[in-house]
Order: sequence, then structure tokens, then C-alpha cells
Amino acid sequence: MTEIVLEGRNIVRDYHVGGSFFGKAKTVRAVKGVSFTLEKGKTLAIVGESGCGKSTLGRILTLIDPQTSGELLIDGKAINIAKDRVTSEMRRKVQIIFQNPYGSLNPRQKIGEVLGEPLLLNTKKTAAQRRDLAMEMLVKVGLGPEHYNRYPHMFSGGQRQRIAIARALMLSPSLLVLDEPVSALDLSVQAQVLNLLADLQDEFNLTYVFISHDLSVVRYIADEVMVMYYGEVVEYGTRDEVFSNPQHSYTKTLFAATPKSDVESIKARLAKKKVAA
Amino acid sequence: MALLEIKNLSVGFDTSTGQFMAVQGIDLSVDAREVLAIVGESGSGKSVAMLAVMGLLPKSATVTADSMTFDGHDMLKMTTKRKREIVGRDVAMIFQEPMASLNPCFTVGFQLEEVLRFHMKMDAKTRRRRAIELLQQVGIPTPEERLSSYPHQMSGGQCQRVMIAIAIACNPKLLIADEPTTALDVTIQKQILDLLVSLQAKYGMGLIMITHDMGVVAETADRVIVQYKGRKMEEADVLSLFESPKSPYTRALLSALPENATGDRLSTVADFMKNEAAISGAPS
Ligand SMILES: Nc1ncnc2c1ncn2[C@@H]1O[C@H](COP(=O)(O)OP(=O)(O)O)[C@@H](O)[C@H]1O
Ligand SMILES: Nc1ncnc2c1ncn2[C@@H]1O[C@H](COP(=O)(O)OP(=O)(O)O)[C@@H](O)[C@H]1O
Ligand SMILES: [Mg+2]
Ligand SMILES: [Mg+2]
Repeated sequence: MTEIVLEGRNIVRDYHVGGSFFGKAKTVRAVKGVSFTLEKGKTLAIVGESGCGKSTLGRILTLIDPQTSGELLIDGKAINIAKDRVTSEMRRKVQIIFQNPYGSLNPRQKIGEVLGEPLLLNTKKTAAQRRDLAMEMLVKVGLGPEHYNRYPHMFSGGQRQRIAIARALMLSPSLLVLDEPVSALDLSVQAQVLNLLADLQDEFNLTYVFISHDLSVVRYIADEVMVMYYGEVVEYGTRDEVFSNPQHSYTKTLFAATPKSDVESIKARLAKKKVAA
Repeated sequence: MALLEIKNLSVGFDTSTGQFMAVQGIDLSVDAREVLAIVGESGSGKSVAMLAVMGLLPKSATVTADSMTFDGHDMLKMTTKRKREIVGRDVAMIFQEPMASLNPCFTVGFQLEEVLRFHMKMDAKTRRRRAIELLQQVGIPTPEERLSSYPHQMSGGQCQRVMIAIAIACNPKLLIADEPTTALDVTIQKQILDLLVSLQAKYGMGLIMITHDMGVVAETADRVIVQYKGRKMEEADVLSLFESPKSPYTRALLSALPENATGDRLSTVADFMKNEAAISGAPS
């Protein structure tokens, strides 16, 4: 039997904007009734252009923001942070990693403390235990014990993203939401981080929600794909279904706009250019 | 004769720990009607090299070259005054962040007309007519109304179109586009790249496309320079580059593309360079 780790049923999120003395408050529906199920150990990719509601959904899935309506189930248990008390066990299970690895790290905190902090706040582990676990995690993400006492600014973008991943893993979560985790990274570093994520998924049987606007990355990493457009899910299926037979016109537009770097496409472009000249 | 021809360009910066060489001995040439892509990862010296050509680097930079000619003019011997006339008129540049390159305090129309006033010495009426025409050419709907918009009232893609309008305002012979679509969504990226390439063809401009994205190279370039840590790794026509890359670094970049993944793992440039160094002593 497969185990469903995460489920959304008709999740809606409204933002109220404006509402000053002069203007009337306006309601923006950023997420318009999203439903899905995600099995343990699988990767769901969420794609769509900026402003379509990906991050808003990501924050709801990781219990940072409440949904306006609809149901969120983690390990089969319904949870709504606007009403229910969130247990530390719930908090432990779901972690989020953001695009900008620098902005999400405190510049005055040594890496060792960055990694130890989730344990300090959520567990009764001693300082020595926290230190050992942090050292172990540094090695797991491809850094070393020698990095324990360094500050974030001493690391490159790719290394900082490893640190953010390490921090998210300290509490042994079962679900990671990755919000554009490689969008700010160079190609070679992107490859390293994607490899790391694949290794960690295998080792800990992690479930990923991978938010991205890069279809080539999505095609590489996803088991399932959800395409969002103005807060709505316009396409949802297995990776192969979505890539080989997209149904919605927006998905088709997205595919058509993605640069093609295979030799046949380059030849076709050059031939067309020659005719035009 | 090439439109822009540079031999042995180097740029160093004075830093607290001594001189840092950001560009080291680059040769580069681009013809009229040609699209040259310069591709490399961040920090490889792409922007610095182009800013050196434009004379836009800070005082801490030392620029040297054996020769640098643009359209028959020796740029190394040129006076600053003469250079200022050429830059912005015959050579124009657009940058990655359209929001940051447009002045938030002035309307689109004002900024566009300012370029026409400075470089083309047009009178007010002619400027306005030309500004409308330019916005039309870059695909902005209802250009007359847009003239009085401020940058923050437009989307990123629209701002980038305005930047392009400003860049082509004086019919430049060479357009340098520095990561013009990096901050944009793919659907908008496609529109902007198509626009740049069609303007380039229509007006017979030379176009230097700076990017870190192999997809952008594949979609736009005639010829490509691959740069790594300030040095040129490879130069080839676009098809040869993708079909049979010569430099180990280019091969590494191409194999790090997720669409070229074979099996479960992506090869990384670090792995590749390590192996390569062990075998042949690749540049550090
Ligand atoms: N805190 C907020 N208050 C008001 N509106 C917001 C807030 N956060 C996001 N939005 C709006 O919700 C929509 C979706 O935003 P977001 O989830 O950040 O999109 P994405 O991550 O896909 O780029 C956008 O229109 C955005 O402006
Ligand atoms: N004003 C400056 N002072 C010192 N170093 C600089 C300056 N501008 C750029 N650099 C350095 O020069 C190198 C090349 O930068 P750049 O040309 O901007 O790279 P790219 O455009 O390829 O990403 C980088 O290592 C960068 O940090
Ligand atoms: Mg987002
Ligand atoms: Mg640059």
C-alpha cells in the first residue's frame, strides 16, 4: 500500500490588500481551490510564472500561513493552523527551503549554530549532542566539520544552499518544500544541488514539493507535475503525461517558450534564418 | 572589417588584497549583422569585459588591450568626449534589471526623449513622434498613453521593452544585451529574445548577447564565446559548439544541463574540471 504524506483538498488563499482611509479593501484570491495527493518518497513539481501562487501554496503546505478555506492533510491528519494548535511534531515533519540562500541565513550566526538551532528549539538534546548532529549533517550535504565555525558570508551561493538544506534536515522532516531552490545558482552548482537532493531523497525516503519555473529542471526531478496559472491548477499529472501530452493551452505556451538547445532545433532555427535573409 | 574588434583585453581591479584580474587576454570580434553570444557562469568577467568596451568601469579598474577598434575608430586613442558621443548612440547597452536601469522618478516618455535630445539633437515635436514610433517597434500597446507612465506602473517585461526602445533610439550599429531576460518569466523571455533578434535583423545591427544560459545561446547566437574565470575557453559557430564542443569546460557545461542528463545523476563542472586537471592541467 502506498502512503499518502500530503494532501490538499480545494485549498484557497485570499489576501486582503489596500483598505486604507481612502481606498476600499480588495481581496486577491492567490490560490483558487488546489487539490492533490502526494505519496511518500515522491517529488511533486509546481510550475507557473511569477505571481501565480506557488509560494503562497508552499507556505500553506509548510504551516507558515493558514489557508482561507479547504483542507490540508499531513500524514492523513487534517490541520488548519488558523484553528488548531500546531504540535512541535507537526512542525518537525514539514520544512521549507527558499530561493535566496543568503537572505534566509542570519549573517551573525556561525554555521554550527544555524544547524543546532532547530534542535535547541524543538528537542531536549544537549549541546554536545547538537554539535555532533550538526557535524554529521555538514558531511551529509557535502561540506565538512571545518565549516562549523564559519559565517554565512564566507560561503558561495551553492554552499549556502547546502547549508539551508542541512538546516531543514536537522529535525528529520518527512516533507521538504523547496521554493525555487536552484533558481539563483549557476548551472554547475545547480547540478550539484540537484544531485544532493536526489541522494538525500533516496537515503531518507523524503517527499519533495519542488517549486520551479524551469521546465528542464522539473522534467529531470519530478514524478508528478502541477501547472498553476493565476492561482488555478490548469494541469496536473505524472511527469510523462504532462510533458508528452500537455492539455491546457497555457502549458503548451510554456513548453513552446522554453529554449531548445538540442542540435536539431538549432539547425532548424539557422535554416529559417537563412531563408529570411 | 569587423564592427568591433578587440585584441588581448585584460581588466584588473585594485582590491585590499592586491590586484584581481577579472578579464585576462580576451580576443573578440563581432560583425555588423552578426549575433555573438558570450556565455559563462557568474563572475566569469562577461559584464566587466563589455563595460570596459563602453568605458563604464570605476576608477579602481585598469583596462589594457593591444587594440580596440569600433567601426574603424581606435577606441584606445579616443578622447573621453568622443567616446561619450559614441557610447549610447552607435553602441548601446541593455542590462539585466530593467527596473533598476530605468529611473523611477521620470516617465517613460521623458527618459526616451532625453536620449533623443542628447544624442540626436531633435526638437520636441520630432522627439515625441520618434518616441511613439520606438514604443510601437518594441511592441508596447497604446504608446501615446504609455509615454506618461512611470516604470513602476509597468511589468518587468514591459520595462525591458522600454529599455530596448531606449537602446535602439539612435539606430546603434552595435547593441550589447547583458543578461536581458534573466529576471523574466520564460514566456516573456521568449518574447524579448524574439524582439531583440528581429530588430537586429531588421536594422542590420551587430548584437552581443551576454548570458549564463545555454538555452538563450542556442536560441539566438550565430557565433559563441565561452568564458570561464576571465579567460576565453572556446569560440565557435553555434552549431559546432553544441554539436562538437572542443573545450572540456564547454563539454562540462553542456553535460550539466538537466535536459542532457543520462541516468540518475547530473555531471557537474567541478567533477569535470577535477578530472581534466588531473589529466592535462586545465586553467585554474
Ligand atoms: N502577503 C501578501 N499580501 C498580499 N498579496 C500577496 C501576498 N503574498 C503574495 N501575494 C499575491 O498573491 C499572488 C501570488 O503570489 P506568490 O504566491 O508569491 O506567487 P509565486 O510564488 O508563484 O510567484 C500574487 O498576486 C501576489 O502579489
Ligand atoms: N568594481 C569591481 N571591483 C572589484 N571586483 C569587481 C568589480 N566589478 C566586478 N568585479 C569582479 O570581477 C569578476 C567578473 O565580474 P562580472 O564581469 O560582473 O561577471 P559576470 O558578468 O560574468 O557574472 C567577478 O569576480 C567580480 O566580483
Ligand atoms: Mg515565489
Ligand atoms: Mg554580469
